[in-house]
Amino acid sequence: MIELLALPYWQETSIKLGLALVVIPTTSLILVYLFLFKMMAFMQSRLGPNETGPYGSLQLIAEAIKFLQKEDINPAQADRRVFRLAPVVVLASTFLLYVVLPAGPDAVVQNLDTGVFYAMAVSSLSVLGILMAGWASANKYALLGGLRAAGQLIAYELPLILAVMGVVIQAETMNLQGIIEAQATGEIFGIGLIGNPFILTQFLAFLIFMIAAQAELTQTPFDMPVAETELVGGYHIEYTGFRFLLFFMAEFGTAFAFAALASVMFLGGWWIPGFDVDSNILNILGPGVMLGKILLVAFFIFWVRFTYPRLREDQLQKFAWKVLIPLALVNIVITGIFKVVF
Amino acid sequence: MPQLPGLIKGLGVTAKTAVRTLFPKRGWKTLIPAPQKGAVTVQYPHEKEAPPDRARGVIALHEENCTACMLCSRSCPDWCIYIEGHKVKAPPRRAGGKARSVNMLDRFDIDYALCMYCGICVEVCPFDALFWTPEYEYSEPRIADLLHDKIRLGEWMDTVPDFLEYESGSEQKVRKVPR
Amino acid sequence: MTTTSDRDQLAYISSQAADARVNVELNTGDMTLNIGPQHPATHGTLRIACRLDGEQVIMAEPMMGYMHRGYEKLCEVRTYPQCTTLINRIDWLGSFANEVPFILAAERLMEVEAPPRAQWIRTILFELSRIANVALFLGDMGVQLGALTPVFFAFRDREHVLNQIEAITGGRFHPNFDRIGGLKDDIPRGWIEETKSVMVKMRTFCDEMEDLLVGNEIFQARCRGVGVIPADVALNYGMSGANLRASGVDWDLRRDANPGLAWDQIDWRVWTHPDGDSFARYWVRLQETREATYIVDKLLDGIPSGPIMAKVPRIIKVPAGEAYISTENPLGEMGYYIVSKGELGPFRVKIRTPSFNNISVVPWVMKGVYVPDVITILGSLYFILGDIDR
Repeated sequence: MIELLALPYWQETSIKLGLALVVIPTTSLILVYLFLFKMMAFMQSRLGPNETGPYGSLQLIAEAIKFLQKEDINPAQADRRVFRLAPVVVLASTFLLYVVLPAGPDAVVQNLDTGVFYAMAVSSLSVLGILMAGWASANKYALLGGLRAAGQLIAYELPLILAVMGVVIQAETMNLQGIIEAQATGEIFGIGLIGNPFILTQFLAFLIFMIAAQAELTQTPFDMPVAETELVGGYHIEYTGFRFLLFFMAEFGTAFAFAALASVMFLGGWWIPGFDVDSNILNILGPGVMLGKILLVAFFIFWVRFTYPRLREDQLQKFAWKVLIPLALVNIVITGIFKVVF
Repeated sequence: MPQLPGLIKGLGVTAKTAVRTLFPKRGWKTLIPAPQKGAVTVQYPHEKEAPPDRARGVIALHEENCTACMLCSRSCPDWCIYIEGHKVKAPPRRAGGKARSVNMLDRFDIDYALCMYCGICVEVCPFDALFWTPEYEYSEPRIADLLHDKIRLGEWMDTVPDFLEYESGSEQKVRKVPR
Repeated sequence: MTTTSDRDQLAYISSQAADARVNVELNTGDMTLNIGPQHPATHGTLRIACRLDGEQVIMAEPMMGYMHRGYEKLCEVRTYPQCTTLINRIDWLGSFANEVPFILAAERLMEVEAPPRAQWIRTILFELSRIANVALFLGDMGVQLGALTPVFFAFRDREHVLNQIEAITGGRFHPNFDRIGGLKDDIPRGWIEETKSVMVKMRTFCDEMEDLLVGNEIFQARCRGVGVIPADVALNYGMSGANLRASGVDWDLRRDANPGLAWDQIDWRVWTHPDGDSFARYWVRLQETREATYIVDKLLDGIPSGPIMAKVPRIIKVPAGEAYISTENPLGEMGYYIVSKGELGPFRVKIRTPSFNNISVVPWVMKGVYVPDVITILGSLYFILGDIDR
């Protein structure tokens, strides 16, 4: 849509930048309010925040203000520069993820041809920030948390990528818009009414993707790097005030981004059955559809988070290497065979 | 019968609780969300929790019955009751009798900053001067204000509930609160 | 046979040698990690000094005393009725159960016996405080393992039990209801019916916990085979209560050494589990909570009528002598050894608390486990700090 207005490059870029700065905190705000505050409360027979604003909807803003008021403490033994840089690195990886997320035929910051590849590469950047935070805090708990995070995120990067591979093979493109187009123009047994959302043909890949994403986001049952009851917060144990807020925002921003990736790759993204893939109206309706699908996926992510206990680190590694990766490889082989035969 | 995996059962439990909290109403009203009703929590400043009648909230003093005998003060495990009294000559009960000497209460303070709500003072009082009431709203910004004097303790007397009836099979007699 | 074992040994030695070489070359020394005194898993101020090799614990040592309040000494300068207020605060989650053995010991010295109605009500309250106490464990274990929801369910449903305790005693946590020779007051009208409905709720809670945690594959993966304590070790360390029964020892003071409460008047069973691991401890406690609800139901049906107080003087002086009485408290065997010199207060009180013995097995059981298992074991041993340090 922005391309249609034919603005100069710098204007276009600054508009996109401004949008991103608004959208990312808003998305994590929506997730935190809907799921962390309200859904979790209902699952536990509570009300959740209900005093700040209508139904407590402004609670997170109040919390953000609280975080900003707090003193920014650097531990005496900490490696100061790395310590301060770490949350920024983590948040940067979240920001970069949003670059390729499409919300309409033209409503995307940058439509990269290697979108999937880019998203996977950028999302693993956050490990670096977490490792930096764990190491620089000069705290044993933080160090353990950082090392766990590194081991875990590397182990789960692989099934994540392998699961996506099946989708890429089926769609014959790495472009996220292309994947949506492939789903929209696809047919189920010759009926093209609702297209062919890849969750039907790639259900195994979808499951692996969701499990791996859960680990990637360090959500229960894979939240060992944070592990409040053993590591007391893990890598962000020493962070206070707005630096903790950055971690917090990054966590939920990334959750939103991964839910968006899942809905683009498996649920058909912004496309609405009955519309032409290129029709301009989807630029308006698309974001709404995307948001609905994202919230649906995020609901499952958080539902699991509030219900399950967490695994142990070695059990998680075993699960990743012995179950998920072989399954993902099998999925790739089957997809490849089908692609060649049909 | 094959068993459902525990992972799915667990998801069911949380989902069921969420639905029950969000839609507590039954019948055709089920679809109206009413989490205020479904949640088990009490929204304290808006609605008050009603403690049972026997709850040990705060001690009330019925001043007329107190003889400053110091029994409560002596039996208090952390010595938080302060009593001072003096003797006065009272007119005789019957005409022509001897003038009695009566203990007058000058000071009766309970320091609720120290009190540990054991109820021994209420129990040892032989003259029915101390009573528990379930009131609980008397927090103070300054700790010194938690020292309730005999006027404040006397005001609590209005909130003392009647003693409860006993379950069948009991041989206890239901006591009366002096009003 | 010999060759394989030789080969195993050789492989072991060479792996050790390789490890040692790596240790020397990279200088990877042990790390000392202090879990506590301020740590969410120690629910209180217990400190566990662990020496770690990576995430593996080489040695763990519990250090107690951060919350010592000197109750044994404080009891010496108080009268018997005043002592019960202190004793309430030892195991603060099941406080009525704390009063009972103390009062029973004092009663034995005075040679009085509470009337049957008082004993039945005592037993009911004892079991109610067991339910309130262990229900919190059932949820808290989930939190230790990372599941957020069970503990809220536990707090939600424990509240019903606490309300019942408050309705009869006047105090939610510190009832101070037991008196030498009987009880302070009788049951208010309508209480029995309410308690029965609460027991139904608690059974639903137990079912929920079964679905949410016990049946959960992740929970089983975390608990099964973790922190195995064989029966002989458990006995040697003086463990008691559900921890001992989870090791397969069929030993319950309520049945084996009933000090005169109403347990022998009704039918109930003692649950044991042969495994001795964290899962067994959780499972045994879950079954015991459910059993306790049935015990309460049966007791409520059969409360005899009569007085609730035996004839005791108004000012209690306990004759000179010594007595030790222990009961099966929510956490295990809790006993009071009272030495009296015939005065208003005890001359000396020795308090035997279950958590102290239960936690002393930690150095034995925590060799070679991982850091997350430390939390699992601590959670499943279920101690209460006030009960350790008293």
